[in-house]
Amino acid sequence: MVGITAFGAYLPRMRLQKQVIADANAWFDPGLKGLAKGEKAICNWDEDTITMAVEAYQDCLGNAPGQAPAALLLASTTLPFADRQNSVVVAEALNLDTSDLRTMDITCSQRAATSGLLSALDIAAAGKEAVLVASEHRKAKCASREEMLYGDGAAAIAVGSENVIAELVASQSQAVDFIDHYRGEGQDFDYGWEERWVRDEGYMKIVPDAVNALLSKASVSAGDIAHFVLPTDQGRVPPMVAKKLGIKAEAVADNLLQSVGITGAAHVMLLLAHRLEQAVAGDLVLVAGFGQGCDVLLFKVTDAIAGKQAAGKGVSGHLSNGRPETNYNKYQSFNNLLEKELGKRSEVNKQGYLSAMYRARGLTNSFLGGKCTACDTVQMPKHKYCVNPECGAFDTQVDHPMAGAMGTIATWTADTLTFDYNPPAYFGMVTFEEGGRIMMDMSEVDAETFDTGSQVALHFRLKQIDDQAGFRKYFWKAIQV
Amino acid sequence: MASGIKDKVVILGAGCSKFGERWDCEPADLMAEAFEECIADAGIEKSQIEAAWQSTGIDAYSVGPGAMPLSMGLRLPNIPVTKIENYCASGTEAFRAATYAVASGACDIALAVGFEKLKDTGYGGLPQRSRGVANDLYYPNLSAPGMFAQLAAGYRGKYGTSKEDLKRAMAHVSVKSHANGLKNPKAHLQRAISMEQVLNAPMIAAPIGLFDCCGVSDGAACAIVTTPEIAKSLGKDRLIAVKALQLCASNGQEGGYEGWDGSYVHTTRVAAKRAYEEAGITKPREQVSMTEVHDCFSVTEMVTMEDLFLSEDGGAVKDVLDGVFDADGKIPCQIDGGLKCFGHPIGATGLRMLYEMYLQLSGKAGERQLPNPTIGLTHNLGGFPHQNISSVAIIGEYGI
Repeated sequence: MVGITAFGAYLPRMRLQKQVIADANAWFDPGLKGLAKGEKAICNWDEDTITMAVEAYQDCLGNAPGQAPAALLLASTTLPFADRQNSVVVAEALNLDTSDLRTMDITCSQRAATSGLLSALDIAAAGKEAVLVASEHRKAKCASREEMLYGDGAAAIAVGSENVIAELVASQSQAVDFIDHYRGEGQDFDYGWEERWVRDEGYMKIVPDAVNALLSKASVSAGDIAHFVLPTDQGRVPPMVAKKLGIKAEAVADNLLQSVGITGAAHVMLLLAHRLEQAVAGDLVLVAGFGQGCDVLLFKVTDAIAGKQAAGKGVSGHLSNGRPETNYNKYQSFNNLLEKELGKRSEVNKQGYLSAMYRARGLTNSFLGGKCTACDTVQMPKHKYCVNPECGAFDTQVDHPMAGAMGTIATWTADTLTFDYNPPAYFGMVTFEEGGRIMMDMSEVDAETFDTGSQVALHFRLKQIDDQAGFRKYFWKAIQV
Repeated sequence: MASGIKDKVVILGAGCSKFGERWDCEPADLMAEAFEECIADAGIEKSQIEAAWQSTGIDAYSVGPGAMPLSMGLRLPNIPVTKIENYCASGTEAFRAATYAVASGACDIALAVGFEKLKDTGYGGLPQRSRGVANDLYYPNLSAPGMFAQLAAGYRGKYGTSKEDLKRAMAHVSVKSHANGLKNPKAHLQRAISMEQVLNAPMIAAPIGLFDCCGVSDGAACAIVTTPEIAKSLGKDRLIAVKALQLCASNGQEGGYEGWDGSYVHTTRVAAKRAYEEAGITKPREQVSMTEVHDCFSVTEMVTMEDLFLSEDGGAVKDVLDGVFDADGKIPCQIDGGLKCFGHPIGATGLRMLYEMYLQLSGKAGERQLPNPTIGLTHNLGGFPHQNISSVAIIGEYGI
């Protein structure tokens, strides 16, 4: 048996209220008012496709170091690097055993994630475990329909042949050069075509074709489908497609249009993870990924689903973990949608110094500290000499993963002088329960409750963005639990 | 066991430029201004100086690397000149090097000059700078006030001091220093401020507000040192001697091991203990006449009073508010206005402090002269509360 073994997701905490987008832009396009319902998840300045992918994997499989899947596949159309394998950054941030790990970035289509999942299932069919993470940090032009509809988020689906909670019954892929929208090389934004044409010639024809082929192959009746996942930014499309196919209305997955926004290539996995939270043994789950054709996958939920939830918050937990954001300017600023005066303090040398980065990547990518084998003292960063004055041993430290450690704020400040995309900059001394301490940046601070003594966990975040060079550096930040 | 530096070297002369936004001055102009005062005070010729040390903190913004800026700036006669950088202790380090050179007998008369041109950055505050390419990958996104604000959080965490009480004590530190600076024509900032102004000022790095920060200035200061014997032979009768020069550098324990709670600066305590021992001071609160400490931020000065053992642990808030360190208090602190009013041209600061102590001990401090001081202590703190360089220098009347 091959299928899904675990699922998880991540949504940024910031939830931009769509009304503020409409309020700012309705003078230009009154039609935006009709889309101004609910909110959408948006990345903080220090989140991107990679950081959300790390979070989603951890939500799926926990934060234990040394996990050894055979493959980590990352699906996205908004990868920070066009030539530096993004999935490798994710793998190192997760502190996976990379000694025999296949990594791959899958991109260039809204069905990248379903295609990636099919590849992952092929790996599972060979008796190995694989994880597909889909993550998207979407950009849209000011005052566009897309700006109202797009959201940011990520999801992870683990597959294998043991402890399967949803068995793959059948799959079908069709390739059609149907261009509902595209984003050409060097372009920041999508260029789309009329929604009615996309609906009638695209979703209403291509998806049913693929689904019918699949159902016929699997000898399954559409009416028996318990969960139908079809991500689209056209809210009415999934029920229309379901009706055309004969799928029950209640099987149609909520597109989360008004709570998350459409998270691009990640959305299909986000919706799948959401439905799996509610699924029971025997349910048939039909997943469709639309984009230049269609991937459809049919799963049957097994008895192993009982009590199975994401290792972390899951989609539901993340949905309820949002913080309303009403500052449209902040959203535009975080997404580089306007030319903003950042001040002279932002004009620091952002050079990558790749050789130094490579040496430091145990700390910066994986948050590895050192543990002294002579006295067990944990220290950050790892050092030639033990920091314990009673020990001071030379060359005794072994890598010690700290990314899952819980910490306490010992000292802190909210700094308005230093440059930060989201001032004030919070930083201070974090001490860890298992030993070790480090002066580090913090993020997502709730100024009302944050103080010395606050409990924090560690999260992989952006440290610095060099827009000129197209480079970005990552490190870990403390976030209040 | 080493006998220490006490009374082996005296200050022959000292000088200090006007500190401030010296838009019209090159670094060479600043150092010349300080040096002309210094050499006139010393009563020697330039040719009698046998070695010199230059302290600059951020050379990229002022003069570039190496010690040629000093040698060329003063047209020194091809003597050995060495550049010293050791964070905010750089000025005191140049003085330490010159003092040690004389004490060793390697030369009879040595010069220490510190200067910094900070106002060519185009913005307020200290310049943003790299901490090294690898460190920059994980050090927090910091400013100097942000790092020293950590002390406030640590102090509150340890002693349970309310935010309001701490902020009032911090404010008192600044109000006191401004009152002192008002009497100093060389200070950058020469105006009185009120508690209300400090408490209501814009926040820079919580809880450090605008008036909790020292100024940012251009400036230079210098000292010429020699042996007591040579000073006497040159006709000096009231000798101001070096009593102690101690430096302590963090080794990573505060920031990397258990114990340190952010409420104090470990290195200052180590340096102070050693300095008191070297100077033969057993009761600092009774024996130290006055201090110039590294008040980069008001909270730093407050905590330093405990680190120098001038206040009991946890007692600085009360002592500060009781006026112990005011001009008319038991141990005046920053009688010249401190970093608060002089700003912090990094390389110059330590020497500027020593200049004031020298003036006070020589009875030359004019309107701000304290009555009969005998021992003056200066303190610098460079880096961050959790990893830093601390220096403590003690000077006083020769032979006491």
